[in-house]
Amino acid sequence: MDITKMTALALGKKIRQKEISVREAVLASQEKIKEQEESLHCYITLNTEAALLQADKVQKLIDNKSLTGPLAGVPVAIKDNICTKDILTTCASKILSNFIPPYSAEAYINLERQGAILLGKTNMDEFAMGSTTETSAFGITKNPHDTSRVPGGSSGGSCAAVAADECFYALGSDTGGSIRQPSSFCGVTGIKPTYGTVSRYGLVAYGSSLDQIGPIAKDVTDCAVILEAISSYDPKDSTSVKRDSYDFTAGLVNDVKGLKIGLPKDYFGEGLDSQVSESILAAAKELEAKGAILEEFDLGLVDYAIPAYYTIASAEASSNLARFDGVKYGYRTEDADELHHMYKKSRSEGFGPEVKRRIMLGSFVLSSGYYDAYYLKALRTKALIKQAFDKAFDRYDIILGPAAPTTAPKFGELVSDPIKMYLSDIYTISTNLAGLPGISVPCGKDHEGLPIGVQMLAKCFDEKTLIRAAYTYEQTRERV
Amino acid sequence: MAKQYETVIGLEVHVELATKTKIFCGCSTAFGGAPNTHTCPVCTGMPGSLPVLNKQVVEYAAAVGLATNCSITQYCKFDRKNYFYPDNPQNYQISQLYLPICRNGYVEIETETGKKQVRIHEIHMEEDAGKLIHDEWDDCSLVDFNRSGVPLIEIVSEPDMRSAEEVIAYLEKLRLIIQYLGASDCKLQEGSMRADVNLSVCEVGAPAFGTRTETKNLNSFKAIARAIENERERQIELIEDGKSVIQETRRWDDAKEYSYAMRSKEDAQDYRYFPEPDLVPIVISDAWLLDIKNKQPEFRDEKMARYKEEFDIPAYDISLITASKHMADLFEEAVALGSNPKKVSNWLMVETLRLMKDRNVEAEGLKFSAGNLAKLIALTEAKTINSSVAKEVFEAMFDNDIDPDLYVEEKGLKSVNDEGALRTALEAIISENPQSVADYKSGKAKALGFLTGQAMRAMKGKADPSEINRILLELLQ
Repeated sequence: MDITKMTALALGKKIRQKEISVREAVLASQEKIKEQEESLHCYITLNTEAALLQADKVQKLIDNKSLTGPLAGVPVAIKDNICTKDILTTCASKILSNFIPPYSAEAYINLERQGAILLGKTNMDEFAMGSTTETSAFGITKNPHDTSRVPGGSSGGSCAAVAADECFYALGSDTGGSIRQPSSFCGVTGIKPTYGTVSRYGLVAYGSSLDQIGPIAKDVTDCAVILEAISSYDPKDSTSVKRDSYDFTAGLVNDVKGLKIGLPKDYFGEGLDSQVSESILAAAKELEAKGAILEEFDLGLVDYAIPAYYTIASAEASSNLARFDGVKYGYRTEDADELHHMYKKSRSEGFGPEVKRRIMLGSFVLSSGYYDAYYLKALRTKALIKQAFDKAFDRYDIILGPAAPTTAPKFGELVSDPIKMYLSDIYTISTNLAGLPGISVPCGKDHEGLPIGVQMLAKCFDEKTLIRAAYTYEQTRERV
Repeated sequence: MAKQYETVIGLEVHVELATKTKIFCGCSTAFGGAPNTHTCPVCTGMPGSLPVLNKQVVEYAAAVGLATNCSITQYCKFDRKNYFYPDNPQNYQISQLYLPICRNGYVEIETETGKKQVRIHEIHMEEDAGKLIHDEWDDCSLVDFNRSGVPLIEIVSEPDMRSAEEVIAYLEKLRLIIQYLGASDCKLQEGSMRADVNLSVCEVGAPAFGTRTETKNLNSFKAIARAIENERERQIELIEDGKSVIQETRRWDDAKEYSYAMRSKEDAQDYRYFPEPDLVPIVISDAWLLDIKNKQPEFRDEKMARYKEEFDIPAYDISLITASKHMADLFEEAVALGSNPKKVSNWLMVETLRLMKDRNVEAEGLKFSAGNLAKLIALTEAKTINSSVAKEVFEAMFDNDIDPDLYVEEKGLKSVNDEGALRTALEAIISENPQSVADYKSGKAKALGFLTGQAMRAMKGKADPSEINRILLELLQ
């Protein structure tokens, strides 16, 4: 039996039943990593020895029944923009190439409490800016389904690691689709929760008003359980929301009878690959066969989402990334003769081209004389997009569409053309602007065997319905 | 005839709030402390850290706003002010631009020319920066983030002041209001209150104000007065020479009594303000606002009026006692403990002021408690100690807040009120000084003073002089 192919929950159960030890699980993952990493490069940092020590510690706690949860002893991979105490956290950037945080992100602390074992920190687009994981300062990650193709991004390392069984589950972050799009490309399941559900404390900020940490796993059930584990009201994050219920696993119900599903026509128009389109519509039909009511509708404002998103996210990023200046931590240039020279050189040498592009874009839209024309207008557009979704959710429980216009592209195709790359985010970014929860679930493959993901969205704080629809759909398919 | 000029002054006053913890994290705001010991990931701008607003800051800011007749913005927000400097760990300062917490207020000031209102444009909340230390020896700069994140309010006035006298009156007024609220100790020297002066001059009757400059680094009321006079003269000289005043920021050097240009408007940075996405808007409910309103103390003007009603003490004393919240508190507490108001006032007006001057202590820094002052007054009333001993005890109280009962006991300072002992001593003195007795009897009043002095010396200063007098007169008859 190849342990690594198990879902997180299946492994957790075997560990609790003493059929598999935590150490065995960790060693199996590490063996898999050893076999494939040279080719795939899912990880930036491996936590090899510490993981084994942690495994023995957790095993004791499981044995004495201090840890009884479903994720106790299950190895995890964490995106490298989520702080892990005493473990290198680089954001895939040269500027943080030596940054070891003295604290952990709240989401990771929540997992540690559940007895998670950290295998390592996964590769990503630098500071989560990119859609292919190619902007990483530490090399590309390859798509396990076709190593000539990208895994998507920015949580490409996390999604590829789950797809390649190099971990049992992973955490990613989603600012404009960074969990859902690579999940789609890699054939795994990923959830972007409602803004405010998972604490952002310890997540290195890209676009603060849009960022959310979420689970990436092998199926919907795992995702629901992991989401339940990482969610919490955190007084350290002022945007954290005290929710009425964190019982996401209550959504694991195989029933969509009467559920109203809206298909936004705007998401099935020009630019969408025909095979992807067919696959998504087929998924919708499956849900219809299970009793859901399908209806096409006009969402509107889709053309405005990309400019609004890139304006807001870049503006926030330009300010959030200002702290990386060579003064306190991170990379500092070798030779500089005075302060401003040091700032300029450290940042010029420390940041990659995509990050610089967004810092410049963000600084521009916030500058005096342009603020009203760009940033303020983008905020108003954001509010209108939210309203359009609110209107849609008056009629539908779920909105269903593609997670990305195509399957995974080849290396260089997107990253060489920033505008094309930005446009590829069209189906995922509105979700972040509106703060909604979304999920990407595998729904088939194209003729080249590349995975396709169906994206479902629900209204804010209704992850339960989202999980129910995704779970029901998943039950109609055999696991790939 | 020489042209007549008018000076137009507006102030930006920064006040450090007296919260125990910083504005966006739980670190201590205590002054001093080894560098970077009052710090955490939030106030050092570590990646992934997030700010959480200290509620007390909002309460203090709103309380100052209410006390200065401002309207309170019940839905207000923080904004980021972006600029690079090493004392600013995130390279942005969390401040308020678009929706400051207080707006459109005023305070009334009184100078020799009469009463007037100085309008307040706005009051906003923000965080302080760290401190750069330039190490000349190692030729490097070091940063101490202990002050980073200490809460500040900035009080921005309208250009309503016309002289240094009015500026000082305005600052004194603000300081008293804020001290009475307990929102800050407002010490200019220690930087817990800092004022930047915006000043322009124009000809009397001119249709518009002249170009203004901003002067920084003013660490005392005296420095402010000197800087205003200096800047007024500098601008008038420029105008008279046919040159124009440049809009710029200037730094005052009080030792050289001279200011120099730091940066002109052309070099002004674009701060790229935008709403702080890590903080949610602050909603000050009607109930919360009412609660803050109800907590407003009795301010100085009200207190002065009440003292005049309640206590039989001179208006001058009232004005001096209420000029410090701490002194007024001492006065009221001692009276509440049963001391005679007149006596308490006397101790504050005479001995306290004398020692404050001598020891260079400010009223807010007085160490002795009202309880000990009340005890001291009780000791004198009961004639347990005489007035010169009382002064000695008070001095010890002033310096170390000693308990007068214990102090008098330990040092054996009690007056000798045993009439028998006193009488024996006086009889001895009379017999030892026949010449003085004869002098007294021949009508030389001075001789009685000599005999009393001899008696005090014999009693080692611990007798009640009036008692000595009484017995002495009796024996001499």
